[in-house]
Amino acid sequence: MSFEDVLPYLLVVAKCVFAVAFVMNIVPLLIWGERKGAAYIQDRPGPNRADIMGIRAGGLVHTLNDVVKLVMKEDIIPQHVERFYWALAPVIAMSVALVTFIVVPFGDYITIPVGGVLEQVPLKVSDIDGGLLFVLAMTSLGVYGIMLAGWASNNKFSLLGGLRASAQMVSYELAMGLSAVVIFLGAGSLSLSVIAEQQSGAIWNWNVFSLPGAIAFVLFWIAAFAETNRTPFDLPEGEAELVGGYHTEYSSLRFALFFMAEYANMIVASAVTATLFFGGYNVPFLDGATIRAHSDILVAALGFGAVPALLSFAVVAFKRRNRPFYRAIAADDIRHREPKFWVATWGGLAVAHAGIGVLGLTGIIGASSFGPDVVAFVLQLTALALKVLLGCWIMIWVRWTVPRFRYDQLMNLGWRVMLPLALVNVFFAALWIIVKESLFA
Amino acid sequence: MTEAVLFYLFSLVAIVAGLSVVLARNPIASALSLVVCFFFLAADYVLLDAHFVAVIQILVYAGAIMVLFIFVIMLLNLRDDAPTPLLEISRRGLVGMAVAGVLGTGLIAALEALPVTAAAKIPEGYGKVESVGISIFSGAYLLPFEVVSVLLTVALVGAVVLAKREI
Repeated sequence: MSFEDVLPYLLVVAKCVFAVAFVMNIVPLLIWGERKGAAYIQDRPGPNRADIMGIRAGGLVHTLNDVVKLVMKEDIIPQHVERFYWALAPVIAMSVALVTFIVVPFGDYITIPVGGVLEQVPLKVSDIDGGLLFVLAMTSLGVYGIMLAGWASNNKFSLLGGLRASAQMVSYELAMGLSAVVIFLGAGSLSLSVIAEQQSGAIWNWNVFSLPGAIAFVLFWIAAFAETNRTPFDLPEGEAELVGGYHTEYSSLRFALFFMAEYANMIVASAVTATLFFGGYNVPFLDGATIRAHSDILVAALGFGAVPALLSFAVVAFKRRNRPFYRAIAADDIRHREPKFWVATWGGLAVAHAGIGVLGLTGIIGASSFGPDVVAFVLQLTALALKVLLGCWIMIWVRWTVPRFRYDQLMNLGWRVMLPLALVNVFFAALWIIVKESLFA
Repeated sequence: MTEAVLFYLFSLVAIVAGLSVVLARNPIASALSLVVCFFFLAADYVLLDAHFVAVIQILVYAGAIMVLFIFVIMLLNLRDDAPTPLLEISRRGLVGMAVAGVLGTGLIAALEALPVTAAAKIPEGYGKVESVGISIFSGAYLLPFEVVSVLLTVALVGAVVLAKREI
């Protein structure tokens, strides 16, 4: 078996690892964002003490502490639980959340020589034909994790949490699927990469800038909140009524799995929303062909101008706040190092980027065989990551500003408001497509 | 080769899960085995190039209908303390086994009687959403499809009327 034979399998494995790494690397960032966001919205500083060698990274180190704490805690298995199902539940929750990401494209393609022939490898793990149907199917399997946790915990509060979760997620799946139908009608395909490709180019090609698309986005986004069990729909947890809901009996890493699954679900929901409505991996006004054709100019402009300018701004900001955050700490305290560390880091990054920009000026990148592809990949991945992070931040923002629904209100909203709206929206979108085709064809 | 190995693997898991549905004492275990069975049947569908059917199988059967089943089981809080010993076969069970045996024999006989020909090459795009949609909405299946949807609507209205006497 030569390398050429193994290469396709290697590519699949590499893409799988990349997709999982993409999600799992944003998770700690989101946990940090949640704590800091909550703090700023409630007018307090948030986590800022945990440090490594005096560097607190604005509270990011605190997330590391969280991980260490959760790993080191005792794994308590209560006597009264249904042992097997109880242990299975967090695994289902986490794996389903990660699997969903495989249909999300994170770039258009890269060119790799396979057997002496240059081949365009699409940058998504799997090109399942019914891409979004797969997302919906996996979300519906995600219910089992929470349901099982609630049932297997064998106590009333957990069971109530599990029951709430299952009813809520089954109800909102309908609205979610129906609102996405509008996008299928327009795109003529269920595949997320086809949908993303159709939104390339100018920013008004994005699906959200059409009337049915905008309504569908609002409905889809609300349903996404319900599907990820985020406030204002976090009744399955409902700590005021249900202690901790379905995860009351869990501790240590088992709890951490539920905790991470929630954030992984947020990321996947944001990524799917970004792909359906906000152009996915597309950089506004720069489609893949344009980026590849002008890769040198883009690298020069970004590396020589925009990125160093941003980083220098950060350096100036750090220098201006170049004072200890704690007035009371001693003059030789290790934490005085932090501002210097940041100035050095950001300054160094700015210089490095300027160096890459010079590379663009020389024109080496456009001339090389893989340069344009790398530039396109980096830019598109950055675009997708920014859209995903923005979506996640809106979820965090909503969590700390909007109170929880009552359960009957939740059901009324799902069945009496969102479902009819989504149906009417599908009807009018279909009508509009027929009218448009008969008028302009 | 790879497909054959995967097919036997998935089918084996599906059969084991299917047996576990009828043999498990715990109703939740039964229901979950059914979910596993559905899931691996869907995997077999994918191997048969029926992508759309596979996804719908997971979405509708595993994701929605079984959730409702388990929901009901959880609400009634059925546990395995009900006296249903594994090997005590009731009269109904015997009748069921007899019927299943007759049907199974007939099915196997019918399959054996089929002429063995070389497998036809499947057309491009077979089993994908588009071709399934076209055959449903513009082919010979339009009338059956509409009849089934009316039937389902009738069932739905009937269920609402039965469940809610005064609306």
